[in-house]
Amino acid sequence: MKNILIMGNPNVGKSAIFSRLTGIHVIASNYPGTTVEFTQGTMQLKDEKAVLIDVPGTYGLEVTSKAEEIAVKMLENGDAVIDVVDATNLERNLHLTLHLLEKNIPVIIALNIWDDAKHKGITIDVKKMEELLGVPVVPTVAVTGEGIKELVCRIPEASSPEIAERTEEQRWTEAARIIDKVQSLQHRHHTAMEIIGDASVKPLTGIPMAFLVMFVVFKLIRFVGEQLIGNVFEPIFERLWKPLMMQLSSVLHPGSFLHSIVIGKLIEGEIDFVQSFGVLTTGLFVPIAMVLPYVFSFYLVLCFLEDFGYLPRLAVLLDNLMHRMGLHGWAIIPALLGLGCNVPGVMATRILESRRERFIAATIISIGVPCAALQAMIWGLVGERGGRYVGIIYLSLFIVWIVLGRVLDMILKGQSPELIMEVPPYRLPSLQTISKKLLMRMVAFLKEALPIVLLGVLVVNILYFLKVFDVIANLTSPVITNVFGLPKEAVAAIAVGFFRKDVAVGMLGTLNLTAKQLVIAATVLAMFFPCIATFVVLFKELGVTDTLKSILVMLISSLVVGGLLNAIL
Amino acid sequence: MLERIPVADMKTGETGKVVEIFAGRGVHDRLRTLGIREGVKVTKVSAAFARGPVVLKVYGTQTALGYGISYKVIVEVER
Repeated sequence: MKNILIMGNPNVGKSAIFSRLTGIHVIASNYPGTTVEFTQGTMQLKDEKAVLIDVPGTYGLEVTSKAEEIAVKMLENGDAVIDVVDATNLERNLHLTLHLLEKNIPVIIALNIWDDAKHKGITIDVKKMEELLGVPVVPTVAVTGEGIKELVCRIPEASSPEIAERTEEQRWTEAARIIDKVQSLQHRHHTAMEIIGDASVKPLTGIPMAFLVMFVVFKLIRFVGEQLIGNVFEPIFERLWKPLMMQLSSVLHPGSFLHSIVIGKLIEGEIDFVQSFGVLTTGLFVPIAMVLPYVFSFYLVLCFLEDFGYLPRLAVLLDNLMHRMGLHGWAIIPALLGLGCNVPGVMATRILESRRERFIAATIISIGVPCAALQAMIWGLVGERGGRYVGIIYLSLFIVWIVLGRVLDMILKGQSPELIMEVPPYRLPSLQTISKKLLMRMVAFLKEALPIVLLGVLVVNILYFLKVFDVIANLTSPVITNVFGLPKEAVAAIAVGFFRKDVAVGMLGTLNLTAKQLVIAATVLAMFFPCIATFVVLFKELGVTDTLKSILVMLISSLVVGGLLNAIL
Repeated sequence: MLERIPVADMKTGETGKVVEIFAGRGVHDRLRTLGIREGVKVTKVSAAFARGPVVLKVYGTQTALGYGISYKVIVEVER
């Protein structure tokens, strides 16, 4: 079977082309570096099947980042390359194309973002370009699917012109020579998008805009999430699921072992979806009715910001702040992704150049960035006691995130590299790509969360039944009661935090804690250890020693912060 | 008159030709792959605020450069 590589500069639409060709949906966004790991799928090529590989974007074939290292290595095992070229930025893109053509591998060019090029008044003579480069060139618009059929038909025509190795300077000269012959520009006025684009990176206009965007984003996520919970999910559980469960409850007899696992405790003779803590009551209610609506609303807004192209501008505005934490502006993107789920957040730290940066970024994400599931539960449980308690948790975590970054920057040897980053133009996201991406992320959440939550609730109930938690609670009670001021039973919840933080916060809900205790417990839970899924990714990204170091930082900082909160509040 | 200044000192909207880059190999290479190299025309889109990055337009795209680097890329401007 043939290996076909999709290569090109970052943010030119490689992942969108990949999705079109394979039917496998991968996350594509409007900022460079969305694909940090290669994805592969298969496609039908005439009579044979071919393996298609979505390679991380590269500006050149010299290795300057981990993504480029992966790309160059993969080139050795490829049989053909689909070189995706941004038609609106031909000259710089051609630099990579020319380098690829020297590599003795058949190439076909997808001249992507063809629609934008037309709008920008850029005309490209495709026939002439084919002639000059000696390989097929097909104009495409990956997001709408235009040109994809022709691209597929012409993949067998991919060819490798005999070109001697050039120097870098010669490649740039050659690119300029080709541009001269194939491209003509029409003068036109700035579009509204370009004007907004420029305004949002200029400090004077950009900073107020950033505050506005963050405010709207926050309100929107809350609004959509609350509406979904209040008007859709809660009524479904209360009106349809509850009567069913009540019947099951009377069949199983309250108080029996099976009842306490499946249904849990009855609160005043009724099932309480938050407190009963049975597998089929709280176990289903937490992931589906409390967390899923927020996961949906968070990713809805995030997908829009990603595809619109706002995130790199935020990175520019925050570069200075991030430098104080040993990072640069780019590092805000993994942190934002971490607000959805820490797993993709930690994985996205790969876009950072140095090991030191990746360590700092991944560590402070796992400690100071609460995932959507955890946040949803905090809103649900702590929010009942008053918005200011939720505010205290967010503020504490935010301060921890910054202070810890600052401290790590001072302790660790080395310096943070400077920001060098492409800022993509704003593009209106297509409804289709956003809904696809949203669906993918929701399915991923349910697949990942539902089984672990159900299993977690099951195990917790069995452990309660076997009185295992009582033993642990007695052992750890000095720390829990003296330092954090929590009842010793809270240790069960904190232990469950290893599995899933949403379940853990749910358990806190059954303990009749004061508002202060809830704030401390939730903050400590957020900080003290990554959930199992994040732990695995940390391990993969950082290796054994750095993961252990990172965990040490987590344990110490959660002890300090929990103790401080207990003393101050 | 032609003047040689770092991009940090360019005015917003001003265009200049890159004449020299004082940076180590790593940074130099990364700048070059983004198209920022000697002989190329760049336009300043936005200036640094509180030691933040500057944004340049190079070829068809915008590139943000950290505050430190913005003093290492020297351009020739008509003043």
